Amino acid sequence: MNLSRRQLLYLLPAAAAAWEFVLAGTPEAAPTYHSAEHWWGMLLDVTKCIGCGGCVRACALENDVPDGYFRTWVERYHVDDFHIESPVVDSPGGAKEGFPQSTLTGGKNFFVPKFCNHCVDSPCTQVCPVGATFHTADGVVLVDQNYCVGCRYCIQACPYGCRYFHPTKNVADKCTLCYHRIVKGLTTACCESCPTGARQLADLKDPKDPIHTFLKTHSVQVLKPHLATGAKNFYNGLDGSVR
Amino acid sequence: MEGFMYPNEVELQWSVLIVLYPFLTGLVAGAFILASLERIFRVEALKPTYRLALLTALAFLVVAPMPLQLHLGHPERSLEMYLTPHRSSAMAMFGFVYLWYLMAVLLMEIWLDYRKDIVILSRTATGLKRLFYKALALGSTNTSPTSLYVDDRVGWVITLIGIPSAFMLHGYVGFIFGSVKANPWWSTPLMPVVFLFSAMVSGIALVMLMYQLTSGLRERAVDMQCLDTIAKYLFYTFIIDFTLEMLDLIHRIYEADESFRSLDFMVHTKLFLSQIVLQIFLGTVAPLALLAVTQLVHLSINTRKRIYIVAGVCTLIGIFAMRWNVVIGGQLFSKSFLGYTTYKMGFVTREGLGPAIGLMILPFVILYVLIKLLPPWYKKLPAPDSAAD
Amino acid sequence: MVPLRDISHLLRMAAVFLVGLILFVVLRSAFLPKSFGKYGHYRGDALAEITGHPIAYAGHQTCEGCHSDVADSKAHGVHAQVNCESCHGPLDKHGNDPSSLRPEKLDVAHLCVRCHSENIAKPQGFPQVDAKGHSGGQLCESCHQPHSPEFTEGAKK
Repeated sequence: MNLSRRQLLYLLPAAAAAWEFVLAGTPEAAPTYHSAEHWWGMLLDVTKCIGCGGCVRACALENDVPDGYFRTWVERYHVDDFHIESPVVDSPGGAKEGFPQSTLTGGKNFFVPKFCNHCVDSPCTQVCPVGATFHTADGVVLVDQNYCVGCRYCIQACPYGCRYFHPTKNVADKCTLCYHRIVKGLTTACCESCPTGARQLADLKDPKDPIHTFLKTHSVQVLKPHLATGAKNFYNGLDGSVR
Repeated sequence: MEGFMYPNEVELQWSVLIVLYPFLTGLVAGAFILASLERIFRVEALKPTYRLALLTALAFLVVAPMPLQLHLGHPERSLEMYLTPHRSSAMAMFGFVYLWYLMAVLLMEIWLDYRKDIVILSRTATGLKRLFYKALALGSTNTSPTSLYVDDRVGWVITLIGIPSAFMLHGYVGFIFGSVKANPWWSTPLMPVVFLFSAMVSGIALVMLMYQLTSGLRERAVDMQCLDTIAKYLFYTFIIDFTLEMLDLIHRIYEADESFRSLDFMVHTKLFLSQIVLQIFLGTVAPLALLAVTQLVHLSINTRKRIYIVAGVCTLIGIFAMRWNVVIGGQLFSKSFLGYTTYKMGFVTREGLGPAIGLMILPFVILYVLIKLLPPWYKKLPAPDSAAD
Repeated sequence: MVPLRDISHLLRMAAVFLVGLILFVVLRSAFLPKSFGKYGHYRGDALAEITGHPIAYAGHQTCEGCHSDVADSKAHGVHAQVNCESCHGPLDKHGNDPSSLRPEKLDVAHLCVRCHSENIAKPQGFPQVDAKGHSGGQLCESCHQPHSPEFTEGAKK
């Protein structure tokens, strides 16, 4: 292709702008955010969770989560002695109003917050027939509510039970890692409202993120590692009884 | 809800309509395989049911996507599965398997087998029907022996391709469930094979019943050699199906992995009626025993016919129950293996029992229309020589 | 060799299939969303739609921008890590236009209890009390200033 100098003069700035557009990912909403520079995960510290349910309420308010459905929830575990294969677990109303006093005494008791693990090899995106649920370049799994046909295959495929069918929009829905907040430099609503720092958003690509030190100095686990989903929620102090 | 379930698991996602869908596609695959036994494997005894089996397959194939459309949150967007199919999704790829099977296999095979009759009917029929047959003949009036020979050869090739296509059609449905690692009730490599053989069993049983029913309605004698042959194939296929299901069960019990205790409890309580009573005893053991008796002991024609009817009906109930146990059963237990929920099936709701019953009846209505338009009984039409060529 | 007229019906059927295929291609280009495939197997426009969702929680940095006095009193107490909106709820509207939304007075009786009511599942070191026995019916804020809640002898609001 033969380009005159004048043509090149017009073409180059247009090409540069287009390239910026491609890199930006979400140019309209966050012009300075470059998704390729981030890789999102979350650190959950079971030793700090007090089961207040603040995260559940905050998520519902931030994301208009319908009543009775949960983008995040907290589970309470009661483990008797060495019986780690049969814990007693409850999550009344997803712990949206916290927990009533435990009636079971003795044993080991703790809270576990749960939500979408934004898996790297997510089984949910694998099964979506139309491409309505997908990975972003920065490691967040999202649902395109205007494209989802509502077949609910993704809800069946998620091993963690973090997806639900929106009762009025008739599409699949789940935690978005508050994508609309994190691209603007804010943290997620659940992390913002967690009073003990049990939940902390982590940018695994940022060398200055405290998670890197934390991972070096603590024993962490992901949920259901045998399913090899590439989950990015790292749990500190996770007991073997947790399902 | 009993025990503990992840909060979003309490409500079932896939309803009775999703039970109906593999049941319908299974009948299609089974009926087609029976037809192909005659065409490819030259089982001459099955000739009287060849066309009936194909029309039955078509009637059920046409209805099969309807429960899916009723189930979708946005059926108006269902075209997306063809516009932007996600290649890693078994559900997306199934859309093309279905399309291939409907267009390139079943419709083509029916068209080629019936073409001579269609041309004759385009001359002898009147009014709107005449237009219909002319369109179906694509305006061609050629019934020369050469053209019929070509039809027969091409039809043979299509049937040959149709057998693995039918396997794919229902094997894929099995894979849709079998590939879900999150669900231990579904996740097994045996699932596509079990689905396929149970499909064959249900399809063969259906054609057996339809043959007896249509013969009865037409007040024609049943060709007992044909009927006995169908029953024989039903019996053999059933043995393979039963073996596969027992293999899955024994394997689960022996390995007893983390999900076993929860699933075992579910089968003995929530699925007791549908699995132990309906699927295993009424739906498998009883028909197998009845068919075994007909194979081993010499019985009169009327006795055999009655046994076949009972065995056929029990089989269909059993295979439906099997689909129910897979689909609904797979959603009754929690993926935490600590709890259970219940299926609240509506009646006059979009995904309720009412529409399910309606969709079960519809294929028979369509089949009736198909039989009227394309009679499967060979003696009805005048010979081609008597019509102007 | 088979004469053409004896396979013409097959050629007509093949033409029907071809027409169907062309129809599909035309339909696809008409209905396929323009931004599909831009970044991956999904509608590129979805990203903008998702990030355009309104924000409810302002984030503590926004609060501290105006309420630096509270931020200071909180910074050295045990509630230093408790963000403003954990208790005060989502207040982005207030952060953008303070006069448009006045944050409500908090229901202290239920608010403090939600975190601090005793429960054996809570971490051992976490301050938790049996609300009824602890204060004899008095409100928490009678003795504890929420922004800096350590109880010292004779401490009042």
